[in-house]
Amino acid sequence: MGYNCVVCVKQVPDTKRITGDAMQEDGTVNRAALPAVFNPEDLNALEQALAIRDAHGGTVTAVAMGLPAACQVLREALCRGADRAILITDRRAAASDTLATSYILSCAIAKLSPDIVLCGRQAIDGDTAQVGPQLAEKLDMPVITYLEKLDALEGDTITVERNVGNGFEIVKAKLPVLVTVMDTANTPRPPAAKRIMKFKKARSRAEVEKVAENLLMDDYEDYTAELQASEVEKHCAALDEKGLLIEQWDLDFLQADLQWCGRSGSPTKVHRIQSVVLKGGEYKEYAPDDSSIGEMVASLIKDHTIG
Amino acid sequence: MIEVNRQGEVWVFAEAEAGKLSDVPLELLSKGRELADEISVPLGAVLLGGDGAADLSGSLISHGADKVYVVCDAKLDHYQTTPYTKVICDLIEEYKPQIMMYGATPIGRDLAPTVASSAKCGLTADCTDLQIGDHKPPGSDTVHENLLFQIRPAFGGNIIATIVNYDRWPQMATVREGVMVMPEVDESRTGEVINCTANLDEVELPLEIIESVRREKKVNLKAARIIVAGGAGVGSKDNFDQIHELARCLGAEVGGSRAAVDLGYVGHDHQVGQTGTTVRPALYIACGISGAVQHCAGMEDAGKILAINNDPDAPIFQVAHMGVVGDMNTVIPKLIKAIRSGAQ
Repeated sequence: MGYNCVVCVKQVPDTKRITGDAMQEDGTVNRAALPAVFNPEDLNALEQALAIRDAHGGTVTAVAMGLPAACQVLREALCRGADRAILITDRRAAASDTLATSYILSCAIAKLSPDIVLCGRQAIDGDTAQVGPQLAEKLDMPVITYLEKLDALEGDTITVERNVGNGFEIVKAKLPVLVTVMDTANTPRPPAAKRIMKFKKARSRAEVEKVAENLLMDDYEDYTAELQASEVEKHCAALDEKGLLIEQWDLDFLQADLQWCGRSGSPTKVHRIQSVVLKGGEYKEYAPDDSSIGEMVASLIKDHTIG
Repeated sequence: MIEVNRQGEVWVFAEAEAGKLSDVPLELLSKGRELADEISVPLGAVLLGGDGAADLSGSLISHGADKVYVVCDAKLDHYQTTPYTKVICDLIEEYKPQIMMYGATPIGRDLAPTVASSAKCGLTADCTDLQIGDHKPPGSDTVHENLLFQIRPAFGGNIIATIVNYDRWPQMATVREGVMVMPEVDESRTGEVINCTANLDEVELPLEIIESVRREKKVNLKAARIIVAGGAGVGSKDNFDQIHELARCLGAEVGGSRAAVDLGYVGHDHQVGQTGTTVRPALYIACGISGAVQHCAGMEDAGKILAINNDPDAPIFQVAHMGVVGDMNTVIPKLIKAIRSGAQ
């Protein structure tokens, strides 16, 4: 029978490793200076989808919205076992907040008629955990957040154990549903060597275009737009034949209403960004020896901080 | 979706479970009071539940609410996204609040985004502060006055962002437990209770809740007078025993940074920080904690902060009142010795 699973994956800056270089003088972050990674909880979502396919059959499609560079995570998804990868990219999607992002994703995912949509619980850049529930609302699917364990999947019924913070809940629902997956749900399988060898060559049209542009500049004196276009077509066709063409959808293909995309579709706007200024105040350093530490404790006892 | 207005109220979602209000909606009422007074509108609490939910309205009023919107229905007896979202969206359409706050609890972080999506309005998660201010969009001459400034650390805690929404109402935000202070209770306060209909007859509940288990939190960080916390620098779960020992000799509660929790050194109930609990003890001892912004956001209001870290450049020393640069494996035993001898 099998289930059609769609996994939302995001390329995020590695916010756990931000160095001084990434922070600019005006307090903004230089995203280009940050290494980009596969959002950790999206790996757990992908793993859950692959586990469903292992047990029941079906397909796993990875979908990423972002700049063409986001193909890196789609390649990784293919290497880890996804059957299909789709990049949603469009300049008009820039500056989308969670509402606009979930709208655009919903336009794409609706075309795939999934049984189960899987999202990581939250991304390490925004940390909002909002896209999952908002996407479910736009797809008119029930959302099951904080999946810690998939208890059962039978016919069109799914049973999930959720971690609700101070306990857990077991819920049952009819498909289609959207689930958000926690990092505690599983350990993502490493990519298989054979798949790495194959899918490291996967490309999206935008990536092919960029390479063609650079190559042709060097090689051909009679560089024309038509020549470049035909080279790109040839290359994409060759990739497609080998199952290495990452599909690329834009807002026109999605028939998205532009007023709900990008900046105009984003009610949240940035008023100000400030670099962090930690509160200074009275500070006294004590040496790590018995006498200084004794002095420190004595002062805490004296002012009744320690009883 | 509702248009911008200037007379709508400030609302707090009154999260409750098993007939008891959670702490966070009560904390939000104190901030709500401040915001409502600043823009001169009433403060309302939104209370959903099954039979008997209305019993909680008195407590909401004595914690500061001017109005309590109560919606009772069997389908609201146990939290589920779909019916709660529908009821709140209907209330928003009818009463058109300017601002709505939710606790950033597992329920709040499930409910608020779904409401925001349905109402097509903006939502900022995990705010560490909320204020009223004006905003002029870049390249525009229009000044949007009296907006809700939604303030939170972002990008791994390296920046503080202030977010606004000015063209869709309501302005919504979620706030973690302990960030706002608990208001004083005034039993003599009066307020209006508005009973609203749920309109859920056509709504089927998509989730069947088969089992629901809650466990009592074993740790009460918010009430602790002294907290001894360990970070990734502790190095191992075994080594965290030293943190427990120091806490024992001070009669203190044990805390941990998010890194320590993620590494399994200590349970999530002990997590201090923006995504854990915000604490205000008289004394906070930070051992092997670097002092990331999100951690500091959860403890910088402590009376006294003592930091122990072998990295002299660790940011924790910038918020600390006292510091020891050294290996905590040697410093903690000396500290314990000094405390035990000082206690005599």
